[in-house]
Amino acid sequence: MMSIAQERLLSGASVFQAELELAEPARLAELRRSARERFAELGIPTTRIEEWRFTNVAPIARTGFKPATDFEIVDAASIDRYRYPGCYQVGLVNGRMAAELTDLEGLPEGVVVCSLAEALETHREEVDEHLGRHAGFDDHAFVALNTAFLRDGVFIKVPRGVVVERPFNLLSIGKPAGPEAEPVAFFPRILIVAEESSQLTVVEQYVSVGEGRYLSVPVTEVVVGANAVIDHYKLGRESLEAYQMATIAVWQDRDSNFSSHSISWGGAIVRNDVHAILDGEGGELTLNGLYMVDGEQLVDNNMRVEHAKPHCNSHELYKGILEGKARGVFTGRIYVHKGAQKTDAKQTNRNLLLSANALCNSQPQLEIFADDVRCTHGSTVGRLDENAIFYLRSRGIGEEAARSLLTYAFASDIVNRIKVEPVRRDLEEFLFRRLPEGDIVRQAV
Amino acid sequence: MLEIRNLHVEIEGQKILKGVDLEVAAGEVHAIMGPNGSGKSTLALVLAGRQEYEITAGEILFKGEDLTEMAPEERAREGIFMAFQYPVEIPGVSNVYFLKAALNAIRKHRGLDEMDAMDFLTYVREKMKVVKMDDTLLNRPVNEGFSGGEKKRNEIFHMAVLDPVLAVMDETDSGLDIDALKIVAEGVNSMRNQDRAFIVITHYQRLLNYIVPDRVHVLVDGRIVRSGGKELALELEDKGYSWLEQGAGTPATETASAPA
Repeated sequence: MMSIAQERLLSGASVFQAELELAEPARLAELRRSARERFAELGIPTTRIEEWRFTNVAPIARTGFKPATDFEIVDAASIDRYRYPGCYQVGLVNGRMAAELTDLEGLPEGVVVCSLAEALETHREEVDEHLGRHAGFDDHAFVALNTAFLRDGVFIKVPRGVVVERPFNLLSIGKPAGPEAEPVAFFPRILIVAEESSQLTVVEQYVSVGEGRYLSVPVTEVVVGANAVIDHYKLGRESLEAYQMATIAVWQDRDSNFSSHSISWGGAIVRNDVHAILDGEGGELTLNGLYMVDGEQLVDNNMRVEHAKPHCNSHELYKGILEGKARGVFTGRIYVHKGAQKTDAKQTNRNLLLSANALCNSQPQLEIFADDVRCTHGSTVGRLDENAIFYLRSRGIGEEAARSLLTYAFASDIVNRIKVEPVRRDLEEFLFRRLPEGDIVRQAV
Repeated sequence: MLEIRNLHVEIEGQKILKGVDLEVAAGEVHAIMGPNGSGKSTLALVLAGRQEYEITAGEILFKGEDLTEMAPEERAREGIFMAFQYPVEIPGVSNVYFLKAALNAIRKHRGLDEMDAMDFLTYVREKMKVVKMDDTLLNRPVNEGFSGGEKKRNEIFHMAVLDPVLAVMDETDSGLDIDALKIVAEGVNSMRNQDRAFIVITHYQRLLNYIVPDRVHVLVDGRIVRSGGKELALELEDKGYSWLEQGAGTPATETASAPA
């Protein structure tokens, strides 16, 4: 039996299905139906489930979110600061693509960027080939929930051999119904297909406009074709009234290169699931992450990297800065399949606790079924080095500024790996504003 | 400038300094030598304000004022500089911009205007010549990936830029090859003047061939057991410390020679 919260979350899902006039592959209707059923069976996860042991999403179950019905364009000026110059702009409001917030002028020929709803009609075969085939929901309630509502979102396809120089700025806006209104839920869906030897850069920015609680459950599927290169960024900067349960599923063909930079500082409870499969020889995977949370925030990064073929490399470096009573959770799994020889996998999670009450759970795991591999993992939880603080103070820098400088220093390698300048600048600005005596940090870096 | 009287220091209940007396006047260079574990580095850290060390007796006056109550950054702003034995790497923080922030904190404390980027750069270029720094070390993150010698040279560079009244050098010479040692020594020598004093802590006499001290003190088991002129260093080079260690526990004695 479904809980009330589950029923509320699924409310409208069947009506929604019936309303679609469907020039879409029959498979999708079936996919939605089975996803709906799976969500009904799985329910909202509890801490009794291993994968959710440290992340209590009871507040989500308690709140009773209802699917959003308002996809109106927000005041465009209020999101100006998220529109990155030099990027193609793609806007979504509560998971639905917003043409008014989208600017694709100068897009190279053959590159497709459109709403998923449109793509289901215009690029039916390509969408059918990939949509819902990488983000599995058998063991994941939130992916099931997203899939139950699968219709709109964004489709990006870069054809064979095309290099898209300018990054795509996918601005996913959460627009709650207001402080007194019913909390809403929405389910952004993104499908990115990079064909052989193509290249693109995508920024997914998650922001909030207006007050009120909401639940956002985005699922991104990424297909990295042979010899293709994707540089991906996820910037989570939602309000403290937002809950986000995000999944990104990456499938990599041979000689492909996918790098991701996941930055989280917003949201009340944020869960980032990354599931990547290196399914062709010579694949390269880089997963970098930085989370900085305070107060009662909780951020959980749950990584699963599968080496299915030989001669692939994966490098993960996630860093966390935890203040107040904030909690960081990191679970990193690396599976090396039988026969995936010469795998080189490295996973590191480092956490910096800035307060006595901040907490971190870090658990890297390796499962290796091949015998000629190099796999390492490491995890640290620590505080600022008193000797380093003393060093800075001995040069005339005040204690608070010294702590802030060292905190910045801790984050700096992730900051410096960000190649999209406005993303890096936004992260730096966030740090300068968040860190005490941030102006001294600004001056010193 | 600096007066240390009957200084007793302990850390975690362990007594490290057991009654140190030392007076350093402006313009002087004092060398402090001694075997490992004698308390040399503790003395340096206490002067710079490391708070883990507890002063259980005695006093430290700097320019006539009690130093012991001052935070490390206040001491720095008042003109005390310590060159670290093991300088700390700070990734992501640019060496030159960090120095600008540090210098401006010091200038602000002294009621001076903050230096702007242009003036600072001109100023820094001048100081770079003192330690033969090249631009690559200037623009890299503080000490990150620096060799041992580069780190020590960077300490001297920091010292030159921050322009202290009293510089305490904690084994800056340890582990340096002769070229790096000469650069460090030249840096110090070029900064010697009648207003500035140095306390050079070293394990090896060799440094004192290049930085000629006015006074040499031998610290053994938390006490200064012998003070003298620069010849004392040579005597130590010949005899080692053991002849003094046997006498540890007795009050310091003067050697016959007068200060230089």
